[in-house]
Amino acid sequence: MISEQARARIDEAISKLPARRGALLPALHIVQEELGHISPETARELGELFEIHPVEVMEVVSFYNMFYAEPQSRHHVYVCTNLPCSLRGARVLYEQLEAHLEVDENGNTADGRIHLGHEECLGACAYAPMMRVDDRYCEDLDLDKAKRALEELE
Amino acid sequence: MLKVPYVTGYLTERFADDDFATLEGYERAGGYRAARKALTEMAPADVIELVKGSGLQGRGGAGFSAGLKWSFMPTDTDQPKYLVCNADESEPGSFKDRILLERGAHQMLEGILIAAWATGAEKTFIYIRGEYAHPARELQRCVDEAYAKRYLGENVMGTGFRHDVVVTRGAGAYICGEETGLLESLEGKKGQPRKKPPFPAQYGAFGMPTTVNNVETFSHVPHIVERGADWFRGIGTEKSPGNTVFGVSGHVERPGLYELPLGTRLDEIIFEHAGGVPNGRKVKGVIPGGMSMPILPAGQLDVPMANEALRERKTMLGTGGIMVMDDTTCMVRVACVITYFFRDESCGQCTQCREGTGWLNKIVNRIERGAGEPEDLAILVDIAGKMEGQTICAFADAAAWPVQGLMRHFRADFEAHIEHKKCPFSESFAL
Repeated sequence: MISEQARARIDEAISKLPARRGALLPALHIVQEELGHISPETARELGELFEIHPVEVMEVVSFYNMFYAEPQSRHHVYVCTNLPCSLRGARVLYEQLEAHLEVDENGNTADGRIHLGHEECLGACAYAPMMRVDDRYCEDLDLDKAKRALEELE
Repeated sequence: MLKVPYVTGYLTERFADDDFATLEGYERAGGYRAARKALTEMAPADVIELVKGSGLQGRGGAGFSAGLKWSFMPTDTDQPKYLVCNADESEPGSFKDRILLERGAHQMLEGILIAAWATGAEKTFIYIRGEYAHPARELQRCVDEAYAKRYLGENVMGTGFRHDVVVTRGAGAYICGEETGLLESLEGKKGQPRKKPPFPAQYGAFGMPTTVNNVETFSHVPHIVERGADWFRGIGTEKSPGNTVFGVSGHVERPGLYELPLGTRLDEIIFEHAGGVPNGRKVKGVIPGGMSMPILPAGQLDVPMANEALRERKTMLGTGGIMVMDDTTCMVRVACVITYFFRDESCGQCTQCREGTGWLNKIVNRIERGAGEPEDLAILVDIAGKMEGQTICAFADAAAWPVQGLMRHFRADFEAHIEHKKCPFSESFAL
């Protein structure tokens, strides 16, 4: 269920835009912040709210990398493996972190704590290698620094 | 920790100062004077003429005249008009907008206010990439400050002009940096680019006349209003005036941002400013303007970083993201990384792009594995040629150009893989 608080934030987003549908991306961010992913039930609720078919909601969810249709680990860790980062060892670091966390490519730790994946350019090219931990950037990494950042995660 | 540029100019010289990121501090440094001047002393048409006369080119990649773009906005319409600030910086190798947002949001907002006055726009949507959570918070804080001071909202600066700014976040799709993909996303849809015409000035955000400009483009505007078109034209080259914020990454001693005049030579940026290549290595190739732009070989670095000069070398300034690769680099691996990115980010609506990006990636991967055939090279060139100019937006061109560039200058790397049936560059960066 979308909470009252989330609903109030969605209404505020709608009020700032010329058309209701424009607030769908903001609404997905808001709901996902609370529920972790967009379930079929949430899609139905959002469909009603935006006067569109739930499948249209899921179409948007599946188009964008940052929206999830499935339950997620508690934290997302994405190593940038685009060219500027790869030139500075990002893929080596990514493999080391996979081994460290004992996960496969784009995998989750067994305790549901961390999803480790790789991502395309995050706009931190001079501070490579780097990774995004939820909504934080960790830059100028080596393996020790990256491990420490992961240890901080609950 | 975000580092301020190593070389600064009028855009970034105060970025190290925390005070500059607040409205009061920005005003102490002379901020919002230009907006006041435009709104109280200049007619909208005069502002457009000024910006046109300054020669300011859009800094989002295409390099189109900003003033000319503004002049496309209809003046004889009852429809609401909008501005969109493209803060969806996602071009690999580009990281300048991030600091312009984090440390210079008021400078950009002032540029937006001036552009709004010039074009008669009632609202600006700032579309910031979803991953830029921290810059988005900084930006929202600055927008709130501007509202509190009545620099936004009703009756801006007591002039009777109304302007609203809405910050909206993307959600991780490169294609939303394409202006009509962005508009679709802003409307709550998949970010699939629109057919043009109609152009955004006729049919833009929510179907209304809209002008889309990049973060950096807006950031130049207060300086032009304050100091004039002649001052601006005195910096850079005749055809490409002003400074820009170059991002240098890859194999250099000092990767980072460098605010320098357009037309600064590429080798000067790499060797004098960014300290050259580490470990006594030499340059093998450089991508001069973000990953979509064709690579230049080591022998062609004496080129001024301005579109008129770069075009002669069959490449472009793009977003000014300079990626340096040393002589250990395997250019087939580079092709693997680049083609993977475009395959992953194609929005899928045009066949040439959806299929072509996948084919390019499959073939270069095969070559890297040592399973390439001699005819693969002709196939690569053929596919790239058939993607270019055939699709709704420029994404397919952006996917084809880097492959064409690599084939033009580093064909020998591809041939060596095919001949030896393996990658002969053992010291290259790992895939």
